[in-house]
This record gives sequence, C-alpha cells and structure tokens, in this order.
Amino acid sequence: MSQIPLFETTPHWTVSELTRHVRLALEADSSLQDVWVQGEVSNFSRPSSGHLYFTLKDSSSSLRCVVWKKDASSLRMSLQDGLAVEAHGAISVYEAGGQYQLYVNLVKPVGEGALFQEFLRLKALMESEGLFDPSRKRPIPELPRRIGIITSPTGAALRDMLNTLRRRLPLVEVILAPSPVQGEEAPARLVAALQTLNGKTKPDVILIARGGGSIEDLWAFNDERVIRAVAASKIPVISGVGHETDFTLTDFAADLRAPTPTAAAELATSISVDDLKYSVRQMQISLLDSIQSLLERQQVSIENVDFRLRQFSPARRLQTDQQRVDEMGHRIETSMRHKLELSLLRVQSLDQRLIALSPLGVLKRGYAVVSRSRDKRVVDSVKKVKRGDELNVRVVDGSFNVDVTNKSDG
Amino acid sequence: MAKQKSVADLSFEEASSELEALVASLESEQKSLEDSMTLFERGQALIKHCSDLLEKAELKVKQLTGDGLSDFKDE
Repeated sequence: MSQIPLFETTPHWTVSELTRHVRLALEADSSLQDVWVQGEVSNFSRPSSGHLYFTLKDSSSSLRCVVWKKDASSLRMSLQDGLAVEAHGAISVYEAGGQYQLYVNLVKPVGEGALFQEFLRLKALMESEGLFDPSRKRPIPELPRRIGIITSPTGAALRDMLNTLRRRLPLVEVILAPSPVQGEEAPARLVAALQTLNGKTKPDVILIARGGGSIEDLWAFNDERVIRAVAASKIPVISGVGHETDFTLTDFAADLRAPTPTAAAELATSISVDDLKYSVRQMQISLLDSIQSLLERQQVSIENVDFRLRQFSPARRLQTDQQRVDEMGHRIETSMRHKLELSLLRVQSLDQRLIALSPLGVLKRGYAVVSRSRDKRVVDSVKKVKRGDELNVRVVDGSFNVDVTNKSDG
Repeated sequence: MAKQKSVADLSFEEASSELEALVASLESEQKSLEDSMTLFERGQALIKHCSDLLEKAELKVKQLTGDGLSDFKDE
C-alpha cells in the first residue's frame, strides 16, 4: 500500500503544468498522431466560427472530435448525427477543458474504401467494353404514352415520381415493375424487371430509381448485372438514383441520368400537359385562320365570277342590241326626214318652174295659142295653115274661132 | 385522309397528329369549299376531343404481377 501524503503543503504540479505534460506526452507518441478511428457521429455541431465539433462513439466509449475550419471545407462528406464514419487525425489535449480529443482532417463513410475500389474497378471494366459510350445513348421520346418504372413499390421515390407524372402529364400510363432496390436480391430483381418491361409491355421509356442512402444502400445500382441490363435495354432508360451528389454506375449506363427520382420523372415528360393545351389552342387558331382565309378567297372569287357573269349576261346583250336598234331607228328617221325635206324642196322648185313654163303665164302677157279646129294641132308655122282653115285662138280668159283669109311667110 | 376513325376513338396522339395534317392541308391545298368545310368541321371535333382528353386525363398506374398487369393503388 502506498502512503498518501496527507500533510504535504506544496503541490508538485499545477493543473496547467500537468495538463501540458499530458498533452506533450500524447503528442510525442507518433502512433497517436496519424490515426484512423471508426465510430458513430453524435452531438454534431457547426457554430458560426466554421469549426466542426462532434463526438465519435461506439457501444462503450466516446471520443471528442474537432475539425478546424480549414479542414472542414475540404471534407468529402457532410457529417450528421448517426453516421458511421472513419475519421483520421491526431490526438491531443484541449488544455482549457482538460480533455483529450481527436483533431480530425479527413472523414469518410465506413467501408467506403473497399466499395470505392470495387466501384472504380467495375467502372474501368464497363468503360473498356464501351458500355458508357455517348454513341450508345438513345434519345428519350418527347411525348411518351407509356412509362415503365422500376423501383420499390413502397418507397418515397415511387410516390415522388407518380406525383410528378400526375402533375406534368396525366395522359401517360405507368407500368410499375416492382423490385427491391437494396439488399442481396435487389440486383437480380432489378435485372428481371428491366427484361420484363423490354419483353412484354414495351413502355416508351423506363425510369429506374430509388431515394437517397449510403453507398451501401445504393450498391445494387453498381452491380455488374444491373449495369449490363441497363446498357442492353432496347427501351431508353432514365436513372434517378439517390441525391444530387450520388453517382452510381447505373447512371453511366443509362441513356439519361437524373439527379433524383422526381427529376427522372420530369426528364421523361419534357412536354407537359400545359404545353399540349397550348399547342391545341395554337392549332385551333390555325384552323380558324385557314378556314377564314379560305372563305375570303371564295368570296373574292364569287365576286369575280359575278362580275364576269354580268358582263356576258343576255340581259346585257339585249340592252346592247336594243341600243343598236334604237340607234338605227334614229338614223333611219333622220335620213327619212332629210329625204322628205329634199323632196319637198324639189317639188317646190318644180312647181315654180312649172308655173314659169305654163302657157297661161305667157297668155297673160297677151300671147295667144292658135290651133287648128279640125285636129287641135297647135299652129306654130304658116305652113300648117291654108286659106279657109278654121282656127281656134286661145287667150288668157277664153277662146274664139277665126277663119284664115290670107297668109304670108315671115 | 385515308383513315376516318370516329373522333371519339382516337388517342390524343392520333387526334393531334391528324389535326396537324388537317390544318396543313387546309392552309396549302386548293380544295373545294365543300371539302374544306368538311375538313374544318372534323378539325373542330378533333380540337374538342384533344381538349377533353387533356382536361380529363388521370394518370393510370398498373403493376406487373407475375404474368399480368393489375391496377396499382398508390397512397
């Protein structure tokens, strides 16, 4: 038994001295300056200073951990309570608190190392076989009628996708090919679902999806059988596995990678029901425009025909003929009147001349017409009479008979 | 138009592609007034059918079970 120095009056150490001594002793142990330690994160906090504090624990112990701000920004994963992680750093003492703790500079999920190596090996193999070539990617149909979904029938991923499809394009028919998305049997079931959809129901596009999780949770989507089945699918495949930052080899093999299940459903419906309503309205406008312009063209052509018809109408011919007849009538009338006037003038002039030539006019002036009584022949020469002839003498107001008693020449 | 299925029997895709072709032919081809009016009336019926399909559409979800398909009820 050792003696406890009950009456010692001068302490050998101050608290500070002892704490510093412990710190230096720990820091001098090089095996504690480069440690990997595995545990579950708890009491995680991120104060405004930017440093991270948490406790790593297992079933029987706990270890205080600090990540300085400069290291926090380069951590490859985000920490939260409950995560199983492997942390790397150096052991030292926080002297003010008198606590030893791990000063962390690297954190990775438990088991990541081995799985990550397998991921890289498979990725290189698939790449060397050309399974991820951009030239293999098939176009996603713009307006699918039928969408195949491969996921867990009970997961949030399915609900998210159905809600998205219901909102964006309720015209589609969804064929759910249920499959576990994690666990031992998941890969074989995922492959069978892909083959069934390719074989029988033939949707226009297939969504293969699950919600977020750890790398182990998502591992079925890095299974070689699943990757090959996705690459071999005749129907285009959109993958929506995990969260934005999660990448699986299924994503590389798929024709299109969506960051989440919801995004996969959106990418499968690039044309939404609203777009379709808009295009139907546009077609309605085009239809009305085309029929209206057609009717206008018809109207114009009817007016044109009407005009031509009227030009050639018999009524018009009749009018023209009537006019011609009227005109002829007028001309005939004019010429007749002219002729009549001329005739009248001639008659008048003849009358004047007749008057001038009438023997009565001469008789008036004192001349007489002498004719033989026996034969009424006008006596215009002495040779036509002989002594004893009875002659008739006509003067202007009457006549009388005379006998020829003598005759002499000129 | 060779096929003249009744408008009510057409899927949205069939109706809208027939509608597109119909509008194009009305816009480009010389047709008799009577033919045009027939086309126009069919076009109007197609538009109504398309709008109805879009308004009334409800997502159909079926589940592969064994050899066949069965209705799937979510929520």
